[in-house]
Amino acid sequence: MLDKIGIAKRIAQEVQDGTYINLGIGIPTLVANFIPENINVVLQSENGLLGIGPFPDEEAVDADLINAGKQTVTTLKGSSLFSSAESFEMIRGGHVDLTILGAMEVSENGDIANWKIPGKMVKGMGGAMDLVASADNIIVAMQHKSRSGDSKLLKTCTLPITGIKCVKKIVTDMAVLDVLPQGGFKLLERAPGVTVEEIKNATEGELIIEGDIPEMNI
Amino acid sequence: MINKEVSNAREAIRDIPNNATLMLGGFGLCGIPENCISALVEKGTTGLTCISNNAGVDDFGIGLMLKTRQVKKMISSYVGENAEFERQLLSGELEVDLIPQGTLAERVRAGGAGIPAFFTPAGYGTEVSEGKEVREFHGKMYLMEEWLKADFALVKAWKGDKSGNLVFKGTARNFNPMMAQAGKITIAEVEELVEIGELDPNEIHTPGIYVQRIFQGVDYEKRIEQRTTRIK
Repeated sequence: MLDKIGIAKRIAQEVQDGTYINLGIGIPTLVANFIPENINVVLQSENGLLGIGPFPDEEAVDADLINAGKQTVTTLKGSSLFSSAESFEMIRGGHVDLTILGAMEVSENGDIANWKIPGKMVKGMGGAMDLVASADNIIVAMQHKSRSGDSKLLKTCTLPITGIKCVKKIVTDMAVLDVLPQGGFKLLERAPGVTVEEIKNATEGELIIEGDIPEMNI
Repeated sequence: MINKEVSNAREAIRDIPNNATLMLGGFGLCGIPENCISALVEKGTTGLTCISNNAGVDDFGIGLMLKTRQVKKMISSYVGENAEFERQLLSGELEVDLIPQGTLAERVRAGGAGIPAFFTPAGYGTEVSEGKEVREFHGKMYLMEEWLKADFALVKAWKGDKSGNLVFKGTARNFNPMMAQAGKITIAEVEELVEIGELDPNEIHTPGIYVQRIFQGVDYEKRIEQRTTRIK
C-alpha cells in the first residue's frame, strides 16, 4: 500500500515535459515535490498565478501572493499574474494540459464526486467543477477504500457529483487504473505488496484485468 | 481628467442602503476591501446580498459582517473557513448560493461587459445544472449562466490614481477587476493613492472609467490565512 507521498510520487511519473498543470489541494499539491529536475512544467493556481514557486522564506512572506489553498507562495522567473476570469478562461479554454485533483468517489464511467457530503457542512465546489468539466486530461489521487473499508471506485457515485465522464486515470494507495472511454476501470499497476485479488475486493465498479499486472516502480 | 477621490471609507459607502447587492473583491483574505468592510460594520447596514468568492473567516473580512448579522445572502464558490457562517446557514438565518468559481468569475465579467448570458461546461450533469437551460455545442453539453451585477462593487487595489485607474499586486487581483466593471457604483480603496498622471498608462490593470469613487485606505492588516514558509 502507498502512503500519500507514494501516491504523489507515482503521479509525478505521469507528468510530461513542457506542460501547464493545475494541482488541487491535498495529495495533488505534493506532486510538485517529485517532478524530476529534467521535466519543465508550469503550475497554474486558479486564483491568478502561472508559475507557482516554492513556499517563501519567513522574511519573504507576502500576504498578496497565495495559492488556491490560501498558502503563501512565491513567483518564479517567468511567472505571470492575472484575474480570476482570465484564470478560468485558461482552464475552460483548454490551455491547461493536466489537472490533478483528489476525489471522494469515482464511478466506472469517469464521474467524480469530491465537493459535498449531504448532511455535513457544505463548503462549496470552488474551482473543481470548472476544472473537471474542461480539462482534457484529469488524474485523480485518492484512497481506494473509505476508512470503514468501502470501495470508493464505484459503479455509480453515491455522493453529489462534481463532473460527469471526465476522469481518465486514477492513482490510489493500491493501484494505477485507467477509466476506459466505454466505461470500466482498467487495472494497470499494483502498489508494492498489494495483490490483484485485494484490488478486486476493493473495487466495486467493473474492474478489467488483462494479463500480468506489474508492481509500480517508485 | 475627472477627480473621483473621496476622503475615506465612511464617505465612500455613505449611501449604501439596507438590502443592497454588493460585490466584494478578494480570494480568501487576499485583496479584500478591508476599509469598506469596517465602515459597513460601523454603519450597521443590513439585509445585504454579498457576491464574493469566499465569506472571510470568523473575525475578519466578510466574517465581520456575518457576525453582526448584516448579510442576508451570500453568493460564493467556497465558504469553508467560517464557523459563524456554518451556524447561520444551518439555522436558516442565511441564504447561500454556491457557484463554480469559474462560473462566478465569468458571470461577474459578463455583468460588466454587457453579456446577459453565456454557456459553460462547468456543472453540467451535477446539481448545479438544475433548472438551467442546457445546450449542445460541437458534441459537448453546456449550461446557460446569466450575468451578475451589483448596486455597489467594493474593490481593493495596490495603487490607484485620483481618476480611478487601478494597479493590483500579486494574486490580490483575483475578482477585483471584473467586480469593478460590474458595479453600478464602484468604490476602490487603495494602499497608495497618487496624483493623476503618476501611473504609467501601460501598466493600468483597471481603467478609471469603471471606478466612481476612490480613496486612500488606512491601517491595512492584510491577514494571512495559511502562513506557509520554507523549512530551512
